Amino acid sequence: MNWYWIDRFTVFESGRRAQAVKTISRAEDYLRDHLPFHPVMPASLVIEGLAQTAGLLIHESHNFKKKVVLGKIQKIVFYNTDLVPGDTLVFNADIDYIKEEGSMASVSVSRDGELIGEGVLIFAHLGEDFAGRDLFAEGELEDLVRAYGMYDIGVMPDGSRIPDPSLVKKSPAT
Amino acid sequence: MATKEEILEGVKEVLVEALAVEPDEVTPEATLVDDLGAESIDLLDIVFNLEKRFDVKIDRGELIPEDLLNNPEYVQEGRLTANGLEELSKRLPNANLDAFKMNPMVQNLAKVLTVSDMCHIVETKL
Repeated sequence: MNWYWIDRFTVFESGRRAQAVKTISRAEDYLRDHLPFHPVMPASLVIEGLAQTAGLLIHESHNFKKKVVLGKIQKIVFYNTDLVPGDTLVFNADIDYIKEEGSMASVSVSRDGELIGEGVLIFAHLGEDFAGRDLFAEGELEDLVRAYGMYDIGVMPDGSRIPDPSLVKKSPAT
Repeated sequence: MATKEEILEGVKEVLVEALAVEPDEVTPEATLVDDLGAESIDLLDIVFNLEKRFDVKIDRGELIPEDLLNNPEYVQEGRLTANGLEELSKRLPNANLDAFKMNPMVQNLAKVLTVSDMCHIVETKL
Protein backbone atom coordinates (compact mmCIF):
# COMPACT_ATOMS: atom_id res chain seq x y z
CA MET A 1 0.00 0.00 0.00
CA ASN A 2 1.43 3.38 -0.98
CA TRP A 3 1.32 5.91 1.82
CA TYR A 4 0.85 8.84 -0.53
CA TRP A 5 -2.01 11.13 0.40
CA ILE A 6 -1.62 13.89 -2.12
CA ASP A 7 -1.95 13.61 -5.90
CA ARG A 8 -0.22 16.72 -7.10
CA PHE A 9 1.19 20.05 -6.03
CA THR A 10 -0.58 23.05 -7.57
CA VAL A 11 1.34 25.79 -5.73
CA PHE A 12 4.82 25.50 -4.29
CA GLU A 13 6.71 28.55 -3.04
CA SER A 14 9.99 27.44 -1.50
CA GLY A 15 10.15 28.04 2.25
CA ARG A 16 6.72 29.73 2.29
CA ARG A 17 3.65 27.86 1.20
CA ALA A 18 2.32 24.94 -0.78
CA GLN A 19 -1.00 23.78 -2.11
CA ALA A 20 -1.74 20.22 -3.16
CA VAL A 21 -4.80 18.40 -4.41
CA LYS A 22 -6.08 14.93 -3.71
CA THR A 23 -9.09 13.31 -5.32
CA ILE A 24 -10.64 10.54 -3.28
CA SER A 25 -11.00 7.36 -5.31
CA ARG A 26 -13.36 4.52 -4.49
CA ALA A 27 -10.52 2.15 -5.34
CA GLU A 28 -8.61 3.17 -2.20
CA ASP A 29 -8.25 0.20 0.13
CA TYR A 30 -9.45 1.80 3.34
CA LEU A 31 -12.85 2.69 1.87
CA ARG A 32 -13.78 -1.00 1.88
CA ASP A 33 -13.98 -0.88 5.68
CA HIS A 34 -14.50 2.78 6.49
CA LEU A 35 -17.40 2.90 6.60
CA PRO A 36 -19.42 -0.03 5.23
CA PHE A 37 -22.04 1.28 2.75
CA HIS A 38 -20.95 4.86 3.43
CA PRO A 39 -17.32 5.18 2.37
CA VAL A 40 -15.67 8.30 3.76
CA MET A 41 -12.04 9.34 3.96
CA PRO A 42 -11.09 9.32 7.66
CA ALA A 43 -9.98 12.62 9.17
CA SER A 44 -6.73 10.96 10.26
CA LEU A 45 -5.77 10.41 6.62
CA VAL A 46 -6.73 13.99 5.79
CA ILE A 47 -4.27 15.05 8.49
CA GLU A 48 -1.66 12.82 6.87
CA GLY A 49 -2.26 14.59 3.56
CA LEU A 50 -1.83 17.95 5.26
CA ALA A 51 1.33 16.72 6.99
CA GLN A 52 2.76 15.47 3.68
CA THR A 53 2.01 18.79 1.99
CA ALA A 54 3.67 20.78 4.79
CA GLY A 55 6.42 18.23 5.40
CA LEU A 56 7.60 18.17 1.79
CA LEU A 57 7.53 21.98 1.73
CA ILE A 58 9.83 22.00 4.77
CA HIS A 59 12.02 19.22 3.34
CA GLU A 60 12.54 21.22 0.16
CA SER A 61 13.42 24.37 2.08
CA HIS A 62 16.30 22.39 3.60
CA ASN A 63 17.26 21.01 0.20
CA PHE A 64 16.10 17.56 1.41
CA LYS A 65 19.10 17.33 3.75
CA LYS A 66 17.27 17.25 7.08
CA LYS A 67 15.21 14.46 8.60
CA VAL A 68 11.84 16.15 8.96
CA VAL A 69 9.09 14.30 10.82
CA LEU A 70 5.67 15.29 12.09
CA GLY A 71 6.22 15.77 15.82
CA LYS A 72 2.94 17.13 17.04
CA ILE A 73 -0.52 18.13 15.91
CA GLN A 74 -0.76 21.32 17.91
CA LYS A 75 -4.30 21.97 16.82
CA ILE A 76 -6.73 20.55 14.27
CA VAL A 77 -10.39 21.27 13.79
CA PHE A 78 -12.75 19.69 11.26
CA TYR A 79 -15.98 21.38 10.22
CA ASN A 80 -17.10 18.60 7.90
CA THR A 81 -15.84 15.03 7.70
CA ASP A 82 -18.22 13.67 5.07
CA LEU A 83 -15.51 13.30 2.42
CA VAL A 84 -16.54 10.79 -0.21
CA PRO A 85 -15.19 9.26 -3.43
CA GLY A 86 -15.08 11.84 -6.21
CA ASP A 87 -14.36 14.72 -3.87
CA THR A 88 -11.23 16.72 -4.59
CA LEU A 89 -9.53 18.02 -1.47
CA VAL A 90 -7.23 21.03 -1.56
CA PHE A 91 -4.49 20.98 1.08
CA ASN A 92 -2.84 24.27 2.03
CA ALA A 93 0.30 24.65 4.11
CA ASP A 94 2.01 27.87 5.19
CA ILE A 95 5.28 27.79 7.08
CA ASP A 96 5.03 29.99 10.16
CA TYR A 97 8.45 29.32 11.66
CA ILE A 98 11.55 27.39 10.71
CA LYS A 99 14.35 26.82 13.20
CA GLU A 100 17.34 24.52 13.19
CA GLU A 101 15.54 21.98 15.37
CA GLY A 102 12.00 22.22 14.03
CA SER A 103 9.26 24.00 12.11
CA MET A 104 5.68 25.09 12.57
CA ALA A 105 3.12 25.21 9.75
CA SER A 106 -0.48 26.40 9.54
CA VAL A 107 -2.56 24.05 7.42
CA SER A 108 -6.07 23.91 6.03
CA VAL A 109 -8.13 21.65 3.79
CA SER A 110 -11.05 22.67 1.59
CA ARG A 111 -13.43 21.10 -0.92
CA ASP A 112 -15.07 23.15 -3.66
CA GLY A 113 -14.18 26.32 -1.76
CA GLU A 114 -15.68 25.05 1.51
CA LEU A 115 -13.29 25.06 4.45
CA ILE A 116 -13.25 21.49 5.76
CA GLY A 117 -10.63 21.78 8.48
CA GLU A 118 -7.64 23.73 9.69
CA GLY A 119 -4.85 23.43 12.21
CA VAL A 120 -1.24 23.86 13.19
CA LEU A 121 1.43 21.17 12.82
CA ILE A 122 4.84 21.02 14.49
CA PHE A 123 7.68 19.22 12.72
CA ALA A 124 10.89 18.04 14.37
CA HIS A 125 14.18 18.08 12.47
CA LEU A 126 15.99 15.02 13.71
CA GLY A 127 19.74 14.96 14.19
CA GLU A 128 21.96 13.57 11.47
CA ASP A 129 22.65 10.45 13.47
CA PHE A 130 19.05 9.76 14.44
CA ALA A 131 18.68 6.02 14.96
CA GLY A 132 21.87 5.64 12.99
CA ARG A 133 20.03 5.40 9.70
CA ASP A 134 18.48 7.49 6.98
CA LEU A 135 14.71 7.87 6.84
CA PHE A 136 14.73 8.03 3.05
CA ALA A 137 17.00 6.69 0.37
CA GLU A 138 19.25 9.16 -1.46
CA GLY A 139 17.12 11.09 -3.96
CA GLU A 140 13.86 9.44 -2.88
CA LEU A 141 12.18 12.65 -1.76
CA GLU A 142 13.26 14.52 -4.89
CA ASP A 143 11.73 11.70 -6.94
CA LEU A 144 8.56 11.93 -4.89
CA VAL A 145 8.07 15.69 -5.31
CA ARG A 146 8.90 15.33 -9.01
CA ALA A 147 6.11 12.77 -9.31
CA TYR A 148 3.84 15.29 -7.56
CA GLY A 149 4.72 17.90 -10.19
CA MET A 150 6.58 20.18 -7.80
CA TYR A 151 9.40 20.94 -10.22
CA ASP A 152 6.81 21.92 -12.88
CA ILE A 153 5.34 24.72 -10.77
CA GLY A 154 7.69 25.35 -7.81
CA VAL A 155 9.28 28.77 -7.40
CA MET A 156 12.04 30.20 -5.22
CA PRO A 157 11.46 33.32 -3.07
CA ASP A 158 12.88 35.48 -5.90
CA GLY A 159 10.35 34.07 -8.35
CA SER A 160 12.80 31.87 -10.24
CA ARG A 161 11.94 28.21 -10.77
CA ILE A 162 13.11 25.59 -8.30
CA PRO A 163 15.72 23.66 -10.28
CA ASP A 164 15.09 19.96 -10.79
CA PRO A 165 18.33 18.28 -9.65
CA SER A 166 17.86 15.55 -12.27
CA LEU A 167 18.08 18.19 -15.01
CA VAL A 168 20.97 20.18 -13.59
CA LYS A 169 23.98 19.47 -15.78
CA LYS A 170 26.92 18.16 -13.84
CA SER A 171 30.24 19.87 -14.39
CA PRO A 172 32.57 17.75 -16.48
CA ALA A 173 35.21 15.96 -14.45
CA THR A 174 38.56 17.67 -14.53
CA MET B 1 6.49 47.46 27.65
CA ALA B 2 4.53 44.57 29.09
CA THR B 3 4.27 44.24 32.85
CA LYS B 4 5.26 41.05 34.67
CA GLU B 5 1.57 40.25 35.08
CA GLU B 6 0.95 40.66 31.36
CA ILE B 7 3.92 38.44 30.55
CA LEU B 8 2.70 35.76 32.96
CA GLU B 9 -0.75 35.95 31.42
CA GLY B 10 0.68 35.58 27.91
CA VAL B 11 2.95 32.69 28.91
CA LYS B 12 -0.01 31.05 30.61
CA GLU B 13 -2.09 31.31 27.43
CA VAL B 14 0.68 29.71 25.40
CA LEU B 15 1.18 26.86 27.88
CA VAL B 16 -2.54 26.15 28.22
CA GLU B 17 -2.77 25.88 24.44
CA ALA B 18 0.44 23.89 23.93
CA LEU B 19 0.05 21.46 26.81
CA ALA B 20 -3.74 21.22 27.05
CA VAL B 21 -3.67 22.01 30.77
CA GLU B 22 -6.09 24.02 32.89
CA PRO B 23 -5.16 27.70 33.44
CA ASP B 24 -5.04 27.26 37.22
CA GLU B 25 -2.37 24.56 36.86
CA VAL B 26 -0.03 27.09 35.28
CA THR B 27 1.47 28.70 38.38
CA PRO B 28 4.86 30.45 38.32
CA GLU B 29 6.42 27.59 40.30
CA ALA B 30 5.02 24.79 38.12
CA THR B 31 7.67 22.81 36.23
CA LEU B 32 7.00 22.26 32.55
CA VAL B 33 7.91 18.59 32.45
CA ASP B 34 6.87 17.12 35.80
CA ASP B 35 3.94 19.37 36.68
CA LEU B 36 2.55 20.27 33.27
CA GLY B 37 3.54 17.13 31.36
CA ALA B 38 5.62 18.75 28.61
CA GLU B 39 7.61 16.52 26.27
CA SER B 40 10.56 17.63 24.15
CA ILE B 41 8.42 18.41 21.08
CA ASP B 42 6.21 20.57 23.30
CA LEU B 43 9.20 22.77 24.15
CA LEU B 44 9.55 23.53 20.46
CA ASP B 45 5.82 24.29 20.24
CA ILE B 46 6.10 26.57 23.28
CA VAL B 47 9.07 28.47 21.84
CA PHE B 48 7.26 29.04 18.53
CA ASN B 49 4.15 30.30 20.25
CA LEU B 50 6.01 32.51 22.73
CA GLU B 51 7.76 34.09 19.75
CA LYS B 52 4.42 34.61 18.03
CA ARG B 53 2.63 35.88 21.13
CA PHE B 54 5.34 38.36 22.17
CA ASP B 55 6.98 39.03 18.78
CA VAL B 56 10.42 38.01 20.05
CA LYS B 57 13.12 35.54 19.00
CA ILE B 58 14.06 32.77 21.39
CA ASP B 59 16.89 30.33 20.75
CA ARG B 60 16.47 26.80 21.99
CA GLY B 61 19.80 27.27 23.79
CA GLU B 62 18.14 29.86 25.99
CA LEU B 63 15.59 27.31 27.10
CA ILE B 64 17.99 24.40 27.47
CA PRO B 65 21.54 25.76 27.46
CA GLU B 66 22.91 23.15 25.09
CA ASP B 67 26.25 24.92 24.64
CA LEU B 68 26.82 24.51 28.34
CA LEU B 69 25.88 20.85 28.20
CA ASN B 70 28.40 20.21 25.44
CA ASN B 71 31.26 21.83 27.34
CA PRO B 72 33.56 19.29 29.08
CA GLU B 73 34.37 21.92 31.68
CA TYR B 74 30.75 21.84 32.77
CA VAL B 75 29.74 18.25 32.08
CA GLN B 76 31.64 15.08 32.84
CA GLU B 77 30.27 11.58 32.43
CA GLY B 78 26.79 12.95 31.84
CA ARG B 79 26.70 14.97 35.06
CA LEU B 80 27.11 18.69 35.60
CA THR B 81 30.25 19.62 37.50
CA ALA B 82 30.33 22.24 40.27
CA ASN B 83 31.36 24.80 37.64
CA GLY B 84 28.55 23.61 35.43
CA LEU B 85 25.97 24.03 38.18
CA GLU B 86 27.25 27.52 38.92
CA GLU B 87 27.00 28.47 35.26
CA LEU B 88 23.55 26.91 35.02
CA SER B 89 22.35 29.00 37.95
CA LYS B 90 23.40 32.12 36.04
CA ARG B 91 21.63 30.98 32.88
CA LEU B 92 18.41 30.02 34.65
CA PRO B 93 18.28 32.51 37.50
CA ASN B 94 14.69 31.72 38.41
CA ALA B 95 14.96 27.97 38.31
CA ASN B 96 14.89 26.07 41.57
CA LEU B 97 17.86 23.77 41.09
CA ASP B 98 17.85 22.21 44.56
CA ALA B 99 16.36 18.89 43.47
CA PHE B 100 18.45 18.83 40.29
CA LYS B 101 21.68 19.35 42.25
CA MET B 102 21.00 16.12 44.14
CA ASN B 103 21.40 14.21 40.88
CA PRO B 104 22.63 16.62 38.21
CA MET B 105 22.35 14.29 35.25
CA VAL B 106 22.05 16.16 31.95
CA GLN B 107 18.86 14.34 30.97
CA ASN B 108 17.14 15.70 34.08
CA LEU B 109 17.79 19.31 33.19
CA ALA B 110 14.63 19.91 31.20
CA LYS B 111 12.69 18.96 34.31
CA VAL B 112 13.81 22.05 36.22
CA LEU B 113 12.30 24.56 33.81
CA THR B 114 9.41 26.41 35.38
CA VAL B 115 6.72 28.77 34.17
CA SER B 116 8.66 31.51 35.91
CA ASP B 117 11.73 30.68 33.77
CA MET B 118 9.62 31.10 30.65
CA CYS B 119 8.47 34.50 31.88
CA HIS B 120 12.04 35.51 32.63
CA ILE B 121 13.22 34.54 29.14
CA VAL B 122 10.41 36.53 27.54
CA GLU B 123 11.05 39.51 29.84
CA THR B 124 14.71 39.68 28.81
CA LYS B 125 13.62 39.82 25.17
CA LEU B 126 11.13 42.67 25.40
